[in-house]
Amino acid sequence: MSELKAQLQEWREALLGRMPTAPRWVGGRWSRPGLLLGIAFLIVFPLMFSQSSGFLQATIIALAYVVMALGLNVVIGFAGLLDLGYVAFYAFGAYAVGWFASDFFFAEHISVLTSATPGEIGIHLNFILVLICAVIVTSTAGVIIGLPTLRLRGDYIAIVTLGFGEIIGTLVVNGSSIHIFSGQTLTAGNLGISAPDLPYFPGIGTFGLLSLRPWYWLILAIALFVLFVVYRLRDSRLGRAWIALREDEVAAVSMGIPLVKTKLMAYAIGGAFGGMSGVFLADFDQTVNASQFQFSFSIFVVSMVILGGIGSIPGAVLGALVISYINYYLIPDVLNTLPHTFGLNFDLTDLSIGIYGFLLVIVMVLRPQGLWPEKRRKRELAGEVAPELTEMAEPTAWSGEIGHGQR
Amino acid sequence: MGSWGLILALLALPIYYTLHDLISGYQVGLAANGHPIVHHDLSLIGFNLVEGLSNGSIWALIAIGYTLVYGIIELINFAHGDVFMIGSFTGTTLWAALGLTLATGPLGVVLGLILTLIVTMLVTGSLNVLIERVAYKPLRHAPKLAPLITAIGFSFVLENVGLLWQGGNPVSVADLIHSGDTLFSISGVAVHRRDVLAIGMMIPLVMALSWFVGRTRAGRAMRATAQDPEAARLMGINVNNTISLTFMLGGMLAGAAGIIYALYDANIWYFQGFRAGLIAFTAAVMGGIGNIRGAVLGGLIIGIVQQMSDYRLGTQWTEAVIFVYLILVMVLRPRGLLGEETREAG
Repeated sequence: MSELKAQLQEWREALLGRMPTAPRWVGGRWSRPGLLLGIAFLIVFPLMFSQSSGFLQATIIALAYVVMALGLNVVIGFAGLLDLGYVAFYAFGAYAVGWFASDFFFAEHISVLTSATPGEIGIHLNFILVLICAVIVTSTAGVIIGLPTLRLRGDYIAIVTLGFGEIIGTLVVNGSSIHIFSGQTLTAGNLGISAPDLPYFPGIGTFGLLSLRPWYWLILAIALFVLFVVYRLRDSRLGRAWIALREDEVAAVSMGIPLVKTKLMAYAIGGAFGGMSGVFLADFDQTVNASQFQFSFSIFVVSMVILGGIGSIPGAVLGALVISYINYYLIPDVLNTLPHTFGLNFDLTDLSIGIYGFLLVIVMVLRPQGLWPEKRRKRELAGEVAPELTEMAEPTAWSGEIGHGQR
Repeated sequence: MGSWGLILALLALPIYYTLHDLISGYQVGLAANGHPIVHHDLSLIGFNLVEGLSNGSIWALIAIGYTLVYGIIELINFAHGDVFMIGSFTGTTLWAALGLTLATGPLGVVLGLILTLIVTMLVTGSLNVLIERVAYKPLRHAPKLAPLITAIGFSFVLENVGLLWQGGNPVSVADLIHSGDTLFSISGVAVHRRDVLAIGMMIPLVMALSWFVGRTRAGRAMRATAQDPEAARLMGINVNNTISLTFMLGGMLAGAAGIIYALYDANIWYFQGFRAGLIAFTAAVMGGIGNIRGAVLGGLIIGIVQQMSDYRLGTQWTEAVIFVYLILVMVLRPRGLLGEETREAG
């Protein structure tokens, strides 16, 4: 009897060890009702604005960048691989839309679950299917880009990923002169593939360009999904492997962490999220133009991750929101009209890059650790002794697996 | 196997085009009857090499700035390309203010340009030191990537300065040295004034820098700080001043490159620093970041690759070709061409 009891006790502990007691995917910071309330607020949020409000539009773009930043944070923040070629994944995501949800392939007549009339020119897949295509393409691309960086460390990785981003950028710009079959080019180059299919969901209907709320809810759903996945990943075996590699590669490998698989997973997962966001942005912008895929885009997303606090999930969200709002709302809609409201005949448009750069410098100098730094890093910066020990002592998901001695 | 693969990869493009020119020949124009005129000799490849070396000299001077800064504080100084742009702008504004025009005599041009060069180098050097003091020094104990963002921020600020200074479109400036004139030719390969200018200025500047870093007390302090800032400080080296000096030197070379670029192309643009910075950074990494000779070698190689791609494949493919080269070098030799085994790249 006591044997059975002991067995049960062991199972219970193992189970509890695996299942975090607090909802760790929200950092254990908020209670469940608070979280639900927050999500409810986010859902009703667009009802406070008109369907065509400039602020709502900026918010939609900001949420798409939240997804981008969360993805890049996996690569830079968790795994410590400085990726300066993130634009490649944006491009692949956007071209998934251009290829599989528009009339670009004029020789094809394929339509799956879309509002396209049967027999319409081009490949037309449902938005969700395009999203899945993009995830497959971008995670594969992530692995391919990751392979040559495996032997490299530190900033050498930065330049190789940057190189890949630029190669993809050049390829899509010149794609209009690459013929894949009878008159069909690879991309439409700088002319762009215009008016891809608007998202269509059976039972809901087709999205309109003038009503922004459905777009908001769609990107909110994607962002919340990605947020959930990223939190779960961080606390998973894989997430801990990433952090171990980031902190000390040699030590991590000697503890049995598979270097190749772990690094490539970071590129693949980070890339997949970038691709998802790329699909949404291309559809929302209603164009897939090769001139969008520049190095400056990668820099834009990197600055979100670092400004928010490298490795910190709420930091990436905050960084993306702050930088997107500055660029898509504060500078164009507020600052540029400011002199006029004071009756000054002075144009700030010419100063917008300078203002943006200046803000980056100021924020970073005042808050070097980022707006919302990662807990672990905050303690390191504060100079606490052996932060890892306190982490280990916490009764978290750690304890369950340590006991099992899996190597 | 790695080093042979590397040599093969680096030489692939020149060898291919040499054979191509000799065997299939290259078209130089159309004859009166409409048939293409095809030459079978080495003058086009020679032309590519000369132009590549002179272009590469400019990239080399900028790349040294990246490599010096990276060597000492492990920072990719993203604002460096824009310091180079400010160098072009300062130089052209200065020589216009000095009254140098196409009508000025040779002696006047030379003296005026020497004065312009000195002042511009001081301006860009000080600008680089200012950037370091404002944007990097306060972040010395911050997370490693934090200064990257201030660097990007400063790059935007400088681009905005350039935009306000000369407007959004490329501006053509006085072609003071008649850059396109042929100075002499070596067995059919024309060497232009601009080639002599670029190569002839890069070599003494690099030699002066090597002497400074290798032979002087301040240079020794720089090398010591690059190796171990803490130990250098304990040996009585003023680490902050040494870092500022490094930025000063990098900025000065960027300023010189800016002037050479303006004389070479007779065209300046507020956005020129972005592309130049990207290419020069690639050159620095290719040569082995932290290594001055590596930066020069990387710059020259990229210059040649760039010229060949520009002439043979079309300018629109050049960027991709450069980065394919870079990735090849990185795969075959992860520490760069002349880089040493460090903990950064094992």
